[in-house]
Amino acid sequence: MSMANSQTTALTRGGVPLHRLFIPFPIVCFTGTLLTDIAYSLTDEVMWERFSIWLLSAGLVMAAFAVIAGIIDLLFMRRILRQHPAWFHILGSIIVVALSALNVMVHSRDAYTAVVPQGLILSAIVVLVMIVTNWTGRGMIYSDGVGVTR
Amino acid sequence: MRSIKASPSTVRFSPFVFTCVALSAVALSGCQEEKIADPSTQIGANPVLPEPQQYLLPPIQIAQAAAAKWGDAVPTVAHGLRVEALAKDFEHPRQIYVLPNGDILVVEANGPKAPVFRPKDLITGLVQSFAGAKEKGGNRITLLRPNADGGVEQRSVFLDHLNSPFGVALAGHDLYVADTDKLMRYPYVDGATRITDPGTKLTDLPGGPIDHHWTKSLVASPDGSKLYVGVGSNSNITENGIAVEFERAAIWEIDRATGAHRIFASGTRNPTGLQFEPQTGALWAIVNERDELGPNLVPDYLTSVKDGGFYGWPYSYFGRHLDPRVMPQRPDLVAKAIVPDYALSSHVAPLGLTFYTASKLPPVYHGGAFVAEHGSWDRSPLNGYKVVYVPFSDGKPSGPAQDVVTGFLTADDHARGRPVGLAIDKTGSLLIADDVGDTVWRVSSSGPMTGDAR
Repeated sequence: MSMANSQTTALTRGGVPLHRLFIPFPIVCFTGTLLTDIAYSLTDEVMWERFSIWLLSAGLVMAAFAVIAGIIDLLFMRRILRQHPAWFHILGSIIVVALSALNVMVHSRDAYTAVVPQGLILSAIVVLVMIVTNWTGRGMIYSDGVGVTR
Repeated sequence: MRSIKASPSTVRFSPFVFTCVALSAVALSGCQEEKIADPSTQIGANPVLPEPQQYLLPPIQIAQAAAAKWGDAVPTVAHGLRVEALAKDFEHPRQIYVLPNGDILVVEANGPKAPVFRPKDLITGLVQSFAGAKEKGGNRITLLRPNADGGVEQRSVFLDHLNSPFGVALAGHDLYVADTDKLMRYPYVDGATRITDPGTKLTDLPGGPIDHHWTKSLVASPDGSKLYVGVGSNSNITENGIAVEFERAAIWEIDRATGAHRIFASGTRNPTGLQFEPQTGALWAIVNERDELGPNLVPDYLTSVKDGGFYGWPYSYFGRHLDPRVMPQRPDLVAKAIVPDYALSSHVAPLGLTFYTASKLPPVYHGGAFVAEHGSWDRSPLNGYKVVYVPFSDGKPSGPAQDVVTGFLTADDHARGRPVGLAIDKTGSLLIADDVGDTVWRVSSSGPMTGDAR
């Protein structure tokens, strides 16, 4: 009875959300940015600052794909929005992208103030927001069965 | 709509609203427009220096090259002067040097391709190409032989296949050419219109692979024993690391006989226009200062260059004003940073300097210095794009800079041309290399030759 119910639920929700294909890229890139920012702040070695800005840029490009895919997912799986964590998940993602866009500008400054202190602070906030957001996103899969086909 | 109503969204929106407000506040605080002071407050020995600003989006405004360049138009000159094109159709002419027989050497060059280290470098490259700053340089020196009535009697390729040359200096019968990566010596025969000798390398100069400031300004000491070379920094403000700045942002003194060099002065971010002031015999230079601290920071300057002097870059500007972007700092160097003699205002990009020792221009131009301001790229409104005159007395600047040649910009801020190198020809006229207009301009007295008239 319960198995049949969850299958029905999964089917009506349309299968695997497309945007989850892209989500790992910004997560890895933005986390990497925090690490290379920390490395720069400890060493003053410009190589780390360059790593940071490329990681940020690559993360944003992939985040753009994730956003487009996320919108497609919403259009086809509108009932996701009825779940409590969905809005939190979406808002968290918007914050991550917005703060990272700001962070790209900070990281495009020249030399030390491209990272310390504002760049480093932004990178850290982004990672914190990602942890919270991703945790709620996972909650949607494991508790509510979004994207679970079986 | 239905789905939003179905969720308890009221509570969940409040952090969102808060975040939006917080983000816009952050964005606005970074982008707010400071009231931009008049550049005239930054000309002379005591420029007004605002607090440094750190941008989120640095303003990029460069004069896009006008479609028709000059066409039939000519620059505007001050009262008592007239201007004409001496010759046109050069490939990015940057520097002019007048030989003792009156022949005029025009150095046609542009910088080597800039490497891309950061996404920002892609954008900067794009902006510069709009401004005509990326046009291919001729990598050669063209000789112009003027005739008696002010025209050009002969035009020939004097030296070819150079590597981003800029400075030229003749000492005896040795002609020195400063390529971006080496100082070359060529034998010069009086009246020659072409040099075929492959030349001899006197010394290497700091060149690639980055070569952020590639122009190597050159002057020979009055006694001909030493050569002075201006070597620009390899970054705006050490964003490429301090190691790549070795012996850069400095003025080299090179022994003409051996090629050995020492650092004559340092802390000069991009020193060009090396010249000896005729009255005191002191070495003077113009220096392009750092960007991205605000529209009115940091003033570019004209200064006498003291032996062993340190002029601030990268650690401080205009004396001991610390640059927050440089880490680690060097308080020991900042403590001895020399305040430059004369500010030219911010971002004007001076690239040409010549002292006027002839007497054919109106008397108001006697004894001082002409400075060519190539023009700003990161300031709105634009600044520079003109040639100014700085009066001197007793070997020191003695008054505000006056506009001499303007009109390089159209009414809608497109560049017909941009002035770079300056020289005085045998007839006492001012020559201007224009690297966007691809022209050499000659500015002379409009009235009858004033000579000794006072």
